[in-house]
Amino acid sequence: MAEYDGAERTLGVRTERLRQFRETIRGDYRATFGLTIVVAFVLAAVFAPELAPYDPMAQDFAIMQAPGLNAHPFGTDSFGRDLLSRLMYGARISLGVSLGAVAIGGAVGVTLGLVAGYFGGWVDDTLMRFVDVLWAFPWLLVAILLVAVFGQSVWNVVAAIAFAYIDDFARITRGEVLSIREEEFVMAARNVGLDDTAIMFDEVLPNALAPIIVQFTVLVARAMLAESTLSFLGIGVKPTTPTWGALLGQGRGLITQAWWISIIPGVAIIITVLGINLFGDALRDALDVRERGGSP
Amino acid sequence: MSTTDTDSTSEQNDSTAPPRELLRTAGLKKYFALNDGLLDRVFGETAHVKAVDGVNLTVRAGETVGVVGESGCGKSTLGRTLTRLYDPTDGSVIFDGEHIETYSGRDLKALRRRVQYVFQDPMSALNPRKTVGESVGKPLEVHDIASGTERTDRVANLFEEMGLMRSQLDAYPHELSGGQLQRVGLARALITEPDLVVFDEPVSALDVTLQAQILNLINRLQGEYDLSYVFISHNLNVVRHVCDRIAVMYAGEVVERGTTEQLFENPQHPYTRALLRSVPSVRERHEREREELPGSPPSATNPPSGCRFHPRCPEFIDGRCVSEAPETRSVAGDQGHEVACHWAELSVEKREAHTPPDGAARETIEREGASGEK
Repeated sequence: MAEYDGAERTLGVRTERLRQFRETIRGDYRATFGLTIVVAFVLAAVFAPELAPYDPMAQDFAIMQAPGLNAHPFGTDSFGRDLLSRLMYGARISLGVSLGAVAIGGAVGVTLGLVAGYFGGWVDDTLMRFVDVLWAFPWLLVAILLVAVFGQSVWNVVAAIAFAYIDDFARITRGEVLSIREEEFVMAARNVGLDDTAIMFDEVLPNALAPIIVQFTVLVARAMLAESTLSFLGIGVKPTTPTWGALLGQGRGLITQAWWISIIPGVAIIITVLGINLFGDALRDALDVRERGGSP
Repeated sequence: MSTTDTDSTSEQNDSTAPPRELLRTAGLKKYFALNDGLLDRVFGETAHVKAVDGVNLTVRAGETVGVVGESGCGKSTLGRTLTRLYDPTDGSVIFDGEHIETYSGRDLKALRRRVQYVFQDPMSALNPRKTVGESVGKPLEVHDIASGTERTDRVANLFEEMGLMRSQLDAYPHELSGGQLQRVGLARALITEPDLVVFDEPVSALDVTLQAQILNLINRLQGEYDLSYVFISHNLNVVRHVCDRIAVMYAGEVVERGTTEQLFENPQHPYTRALLRSVPSVRERHEREREELPGSPPSATNPPSGCRFHPRCPEFIDGRCVSEAPETRSVAGDQGHEVACHWAELSVEKREAHTPPDGAARETIEREGASGEK
């Protein structure tokens, strides 16, 4: 680490922290690898109209269920549509829905768990019974209800999946908070004059992040499959819209004749999940100051 | 600076008057509920741990009051209740003329600036994910005292005063040693320039050479910052070194109080005497054996009847010890010295002639006393 440079450094200024954080992240091959994958896929999704070699809806009955060729590197599906193009367009829905749903479910669940665990008593009882109700509610029914009331749309898919993950986040966060709130530094923060909100978000939450990040990475993968479940039942996005889950589902029956139709989207899901997991691991370690090398 | 000058001159003018009272607790109680399950709540009858059970304590400006007792006697709870880290169950805490036991919100926050609590284990009292500089600077942010480079400067100056290096501002707690961490703990308590600091065993986690350093630092800071201290400890040698007055706690109650000299030279309560006998002493090693107090501290949920110390008391008098809780009374001819023991009423001759009953005789008294009470 660089030599101490006196006046220029101020107390734990955010930029200093960020710099340290970035250094750690950069030095971690898992982070580099994971982030590269995720960024590449996100870019492919965002720029799908420019990058995709074909219209994902264009059917070519001359080359139905063709394996990888020069013109169609990933082959075509049973309607002769280009699989690579469908994969790229599908990434828009799959990545957007899964990341968005888990982020929303996580934000709500973490807040619920944090408040319940921190205050305990009747607040805890009330909030966690509410979470129990969420947990007991079959999320597929929620999805059907949403579609019945508001019609078919990506937003309903996001809402239904987010709804399903609230209780996971709430429970994990509450468990962590229950042990952290007993730590003396929480009482020390009160001694300093911090109020409950500041203690919760500034002192307790940062110490509870590790399992939450792990849960996030796990659920992103599950959300992609959940989206395909909804599509399969016809309450997801429109059937012709390509999503990774839908592609996988369509190819499933043809696996003996044209394996690539289902295997290739499956591999795409696996690689994405792997990338998110690797990045999540690195993120978790980078946030843990004790794991960082070097002297102060 | 000019205000402190006038303060000190006014103090000199009426030096005969005792210094003003900074803190007074009256009948302070802190009970913790046990059996917090749903059924217990519905069907009532919650058991309570009576950690602090009716404590009166006075701290005058500029003095150090020691609170001593065995582990589990409630001394830490007392410290945390009078700094409002715990809400009192009953009784009052008067700080600088104001009842603070009902403070909340903004009042309580303002109080935090003036009353500080230093934790026993500085490592666990610091957020592991924050640099120690951040933790020490936090009160300046919370109370809107200083920001930006001014905040950094104030923290850095205080660090240097505490014997820490400026470069250690950016260290995380796990990167510092125990002694350094306790200095950080002191810095955090003093950064808002409080009036009263409660130390909870501030040196018991440190080795002996460090203990002396930290104690000297604590002593020096008292003069420099014009502080009043409450010093909680089980270590009588340490207490003797730093305290002006001492309160001895047993099972949630103060059993004896007085100046340090009064307590060490003329201990009145059998428990105080037993504590003093158990102190390891370098000088008197060959002259006297250390005596251990038999038994262990009593249950705080269901304390013994009468005098709470009677089951372990080596000077047990008679049935009254079992059936009647002794009132706190002044020790004759010793101003400011108070004790809660039936001994205080007996004449010196009677005391010297007394041999505590033992074995079967004592058991009989205890049984009769207990049944007589009911």
